[in-house]
Amino acid sequence: MKWLRDNLFAGWINTIVTLGLALLLVKVLPSLVDWAFLDAVWRPDSKACRAGAGACWGFISEKHRFILFGTYPYDEHWRPGAATAILLGLWIFSALRMSWRWWLTLVWLAGLALIGTLMWGGVLGLAYVENERWGGLILTLLLTTFGIAAAFPLAILLALARRSSMPVIQALAVGFIELVRGVPLISLLFMASVMLPLFLPQGVSIDKLLRAQIAMILFASAYLAEVVRGGLQAIPKEQYEAADALGLGYWQRTLSVVLPQALRISVPPLVNTFIGFFKDTSLVVVIGLFDLLSTVKVALNEPAWSGFGVEAYVFAAVVYFVFCFAMSLYSRRFERSHKGVTG
Amino acid sequence: MHNTVANLEERRIASGFSFLAREAGFEIGESAFLRYSASDSYLRALAVGLSNTLSVALIGIVVATVLGASIGLFRLSKNFLLRTLAGAYVEFIRNSPLLVQLFFWYAVITEVLPHPRAALEPLPGFFLTNRGIFFPAPGSTPALEGFNFVGGLALSPEFATLLAGLSIYTAAFIAEIVRAGVLAIERDQWDAAHALGLTRRQALRHVVLPQSLRVIVPPMASQYLNLTKNSSLAVAIGYPDLVSIANTTINQTGQAIEGVAIIMAVYLTISLSISAFMNWYNARIMRR
Repeated sequence: MKWLRDNLFAGWINTIVTLGLALLLVKVLPSLVDWAFLDAVWRPDSKACRAGAGACWGFISEKHRFILFGTYPYDEHWRPGAATAILLGLWIFSALRMSWRWWLTLVWLAGLALIGTLMWGGVLGLAYVENERWGGLILTLLLTTFGIAAAFPLAILLALARRSSMPVIQALAVGFIELVRGVPLISLLFMASVMLPLFLPQGVSIDKLLRAQIAMILFASAYLAEVVRGGLQAIPKEQYEAADALGLGYWQRTLSVVLPQALRISVPPLVNTFIGFFKDTSLVVVIGLFDLLSTVKVALNEPAWSGFGVEAYVFAAVVYFVFCFAMSLYSRRFERSHKGVTG
Repeated sequence: MHNTVANLEERRIASGFSFLAREAGFEIGESAFLRYSASDSYLRALAVGLSNTLSVALIGIVVATVLGASIGLFRLSKNFLLRTLAGAYVEFIRNSPLLVQLFFWYAVITEVLPHPRAALEPLPGFFLTNRGIFFPAPGSTPALEGFNFVGGLALSPEFATLLAGLSIYTAAFIAEIVRAGVLAIERDQWDAAHALGLTRRQALRHVVLPQSLRVIVPPMASQYLNLTKNSSLAVAIGYPDLVSIANTTINQTGQAIEGVAIIMAVYLTISLSISAFMNWYNARIMRR
C-alpha cells in the first residue's frame, strides 16, 4: 500500500499521470496483443495473412531460412548454422573473466579456422561455397567479429600515437581519428565500394565483402581509439613513474603496466562501442551485401509477401535487440562489480 | 598514383570538378528551399541535397532534444508507470539499429496508413496518409483534391520517416545524457538552495540546471553530430539528401573520387562547425 502511494499516487499531478497512462495502456495494449498474438497468422500462407486482421508471422516461418542464411546452398545450411553457434560460443567464452589469458588468442584462432573451414568448405568432403553466397545472421556476426578483431590493435596503436610526444605521429593520429569520426559511415562504405577499385593496379580486384570490411575496420578503429585513450588518461602518473623507476622501456612499460590497467577500466565503454558497431554493420545493405537486414529486405521483394514490412522489421529489430541487450547487460554488470576495485 | 591515372584513363573519366557545371538530367523528389529541375547543373542538384540534409537535421535536432529531455526527466519521475515506460523506450530504441527503425517507420507510413481518400484525421486539419502527412499552414489548409491533398504544409513519406526515425532514435541517447546530468548534481545542492529560501523552481533554474548543463553539453554536442551524420541513411529510404544525390551523381558521371570527396568535405565542415559552436557555448557556461 505504501509503495502504491509513493510510486503511483503521491500528490494530485502524480495521480493524474498514473490514471492517464493507465487509460492509455488499457486502450492500446489489448489491440496490440490481438494484432501480435491472438489474430496473428503463424502458418506460411500469404493468402491467409492478407485475409486476417493480425500480424503475419507466417512471413517469418516461410522465410526464416533465407533470412538467417541468405543465398547459401539450401542443403548446406547446417554449416553457417554451426559456424554461428561456434562464433557465439567464442563471444560468450571471451566475456568470462577466467578466460582473459594469453591462450584466449589461440582459442580464437582455432575457432575462426574452424568457422572458415565450415563456411568456405572445399576440404574434408565439404563442397566449396564462395563468399558471395554468404549471407544473413552469420555475415552480420562475421563483419562485427573481424571488424572488432582487426580494429582493436589498430585502435590501441592510434591511441598511443595520439598521446605520443612525437608531433608528426601525433598529428597523423589526430587527423585520422577526427577525419573518420567526422564523416558518416556510409561515405566510408561508398569510398570502399566505388573509390578503392580506382586506386588498385589493373587486374587486381578485392571482393566487395573485403572492401566493406576494410571500411568498417577503419571506422571502428577511430572510435575504439578514443575509448582506449580515455582509459590511458585515467591511469595515474605514478604508474608511469613507477615503471620508469623499474627501468622499463617504452614498450615494456606500455604493454605490461599501462595498457592492462587502461583496458580493464575501459571495458564498459568498449562494450558500448561494440554494440554501436554491431548495429552499424546493418549499413552494408546500402552497398548491396547480404547481412541480416538485407536478407529481410530482399525476402520482402517477393510479390506474394510484399506489404508485410512491419512484421519483417519487427522481427529484425528483435534479433538485433537480443544481441545488443545482452551486451549492454554485461557491460552494466561489469561496471557494478568493478566499482569497488578500481574506484 | 600511377594506377589511379591508368584506371581513370581506361574508364574515360576526366578528373576534376568540371562535371559540376554540366546538366544533371535527373529529377529530385523534393527540395526544402531551392527551386530545381532536371535541366539544372550537378552543382545545383548537390546544393539541393545539402539543403535537404540540413533541414531534416535541424528539425530533427529540435524534436530529439525536446523528446529526449522529457523522457530523461520521466525516467527520474516518482511515478512508477511513467519511469518504467520511459525506461522501456530507452532500452528498446537504443538496442536496435537505426536503419531497421527507419525501414520499420517507412513500412508503417506506406503500408499501414490509409490512402488519402480514407485519411486519418487525429486533429482537425491534420491528415495522416500513405502519401505523406499534411497539416495546416497560416492561410492555407490541406484539402482532398482528386487522389491527394492540396494546400497546407506537407511532409513526404520519406521526410516524415527520416525525421521520425532520427528524432526517436537520438532522443533515447539524449534522455540518458539528461538523466545522468541531473543525477550528477548532488542532493546537497538542492538542500543548500532550499536552505537559502529558494523555491523548488528557483533552485532548479539558478542552482541545479546551470551545473547540469556543464555535464550535459559536451555529450549533447556529439549526439547532434551523430544525428546529422545519421541523416545520410536517407539514401536507404529514398529521401534526396546530400549522400543520395552525390551517389546518383557518381553513378551517372563515374566521378567517384570527387563525389566521395564532396560528401566528406561537407560532413567534416558540418562536424567541425557544430563542435566549434559547442566548445564556444561550453566555455561560456563554464565561465558563469
